[in-house]
Amino acid sequence: MSGRARAMQVEETSNLPFIYRQYEREQLLDALRKMHLIRRFEEGAEECYMRGLIHGTMHLSIGQEASAMGICMPLVNEDQITSTHRGHGHCIAKGADVKRMFAEFFGKTTGYCAGRGGSMHIADVSTGNLGANGIVGGGLPIAVGAALTAKRLRTGKVVVCFFGDGANNEGAFHEALNMAAIWKLPVIFVCENNGYGMSTSTERSTAVANVADRAAAYSMPGVIVDGNVLSEVAEASHEAVERARRGDGPTLIECKTYRYRGHSKSDRNRYRTKDEIDDWMTNRDPIKRYEAQLLEFGIATSDELEAIRGSVQQEIDAGIEFAKVSPMPAIDGLADNVYTFEA
Amino acid sequence: MNAPVREISYSQAIQEAMAIAMEADERVILMGEDIGVYGGAFQVTGDLIDRFGPDRVMDTPISELGGAGVAVGAAVTGLRPIFEFQFSDFAALAMEQIVNQAAKMRYMLGGAVSVPLVMRFPAGSGTGAAAQHSQSLEAWLGHVPGLKVIQPATPHDVKGMLLAAVADPDPVMIFEHKLLYKMKGPVPEGHYTVPLNKAEVRREGRDVSIVATSIMVHKALEAAEVLAGEGVSAEVIDLRSIRPIDRETVVASVKKTSRLICVYEGVKTLGVGAEISAMIAESEAFDYLDAPILRLGGSETPIPYNPELEKAAVPQVPEIVDAARGLVRGVR
Repeated sequence: MSGRARAMQVEETSNLPFIYRQYEREQLLDALRKMHLIRRFEEGAEECYMRGLIHGTMHLSIGQEASAMGICMPLVNEDQITSTHRGHGHCIAKGADVKRMFAEFFGKTTGYCAGRGGSMHIADVSTGNLGANGIVGGGLPIAVGAALTAKRLRTGKVVVCFFGDGANNEGAFHEALNMAAIWKLPVIFVCENNGYGMSTSTERSTAVANVADRAAAYSMPGVIVDGNVLSEVAEASHEAVERARRGDGPTLIECKTYRYRGHSKSDRNRYRTKDEIDDWMTNRDPIKRYEAQLLEFGIATSDELEAIRGSVQQEIDAGIEFAKVSPMPAIDGLADNVYTFEA
Repeated sequence: MNAPVREISYSQAIQEAMAIAMEADERVILMGEDIGVYGGAFQVTGDLIDRFGPDRVMDTPISELGGAGVAVGAAVTGLRPIFEFQFSDFAALAMEQIVNQAAKMRYMLGGAVSVPLVMRFPAGSGTGAAAQHSQSLEAWLGHVPGLKVIQPATPHDVKGMLLAAVADPDPVMIFEHKLLYKMKGPVPEGHYTVPLNKAEVRREGRDVSIVATSIMVHKALEAAEVLAGEGVSAEVIDLRSIRPIDRETVVASVKKTSRLICVYEGVKTLGVGAEISAMIAESEAFDYLDAPILRLGGSETPIPYNPELEKAAVPQVPEIVDAARGLVRGVR
């Protein structure tokens, strides 16, 4: 295959994790760059929020970057995703421009949703992101519908449906998985299990040990991966995408991960310990682990990694500046786009 | 242009519209519970599966929420689904997808997408199916910007409005009164559309305007006939759409007759009649009023099973006659 880390000998590469066998160096470094971009975007958004430049609320996915990026690595631009209230990472991983995302958070006309959606409805249809969703489980049946279109119109697209552990107890989850399975649709259900639906742990909310166990009820493969290891996530996604493109139907992937920040800006973090949070941040951080591998396998030098961080910071600064100077929507545009044509 | 006109039933008119739309555009698909070989709970889909196959006349599992969501997702990405609820009451199971997703997606995404979705809701009482299969819930959806909500009252209108709905880029909710399914009326062959935003004056009159929806249009017309015998001239307006409401037609009628009665089957309080009344109270027609505005709506109860109680729960012709007579003669 053309997509291998060509600097290495065949016998050296055979034992390497999946992505190092599957992707070119450039793609591997681009994935790292996007993971940094996701984290710095969210840190930048948080700073802007603290300074009163962004209103409302936001749900940060800091700590979950490998699941967003790993799932999107095997996708092409035409493939589609549905996302969640914690969806900034999905949006960036699928190819959105952080300039227009910041502009949306600032409520500006240049934002992806012309300032009408904000963080919770961030979308970039041009890169296949059909939108984050403010309703837990709201995107699940919609993803199945998008996959139905792909199958009916033979577009060859696959659809990835991101959702959190909280959504797996919504009726929509069960209805969506069942329909995807009976109609063998090209959809991949990706549960980002960060351990808590707001404050309620999966142990307290969910009758099965793993969300992926529920795949058995809908006759589809249920795959559990360490959601903080990019290669593991990308490998599971790759297999599910191939299966979907072959017409063999859906897969449920469960990425075990963790969010460092609270559920939203109102969270006092009283349902988990500081030790637990510190353990994840210190020992299981997805970016640190990926960078360590890139160094270990000789794919990049520490100078090169530093350069990536620097270029990400520049992009973030430029994005915030773009948002600041972009125009506010006109008040008389309040009713724009309630309907496609004015009634 | 002048297509032959035949007498066919309301449900045949719907089926014909769906077949025409499917013939013309491969993206049009039907989805719903038991709409395939069974033909639909009210046989509206009938044998369309024989013509278009199970890929385009799709039986869904009994999953109203998921099914509605699949239709939303399909509409956003390039299909033109017509989704049938078996009973409008079951919309309660799917409100999330209708209200939070379909209605708002275009707005939330700043105009980046459209949701060309049609949903059909068999509605209303009179079939002895009691409280969970007889409601008129159109006002629920009429309250949601982003949706278009229509109540065609005749075979002609349901065909033309359904074809307009399929061509419309936004979600259109069609409430079909179940007692209308067997009603016959003149329907042109072939393709034609009826606007989704225009009321129709069904009978002209001088003394009182009766604004009615769905099956109540026919009851109002019956009442107008009785009233004519008593020397009272009633104008009957078929509202046809509750979102948007054709303000112009209703205001013009009230300015002419100076009296207004709203007749609808949904529960009276906070219903369509409240909206029409308020609209007139806020309009230039207010100064023309010679009498209070009256609302005849469904009772403040669930729909009961017993046939006599069931009839008593929704407006009937004698009540409309009494109300109009009272208003015109100043006796209330």
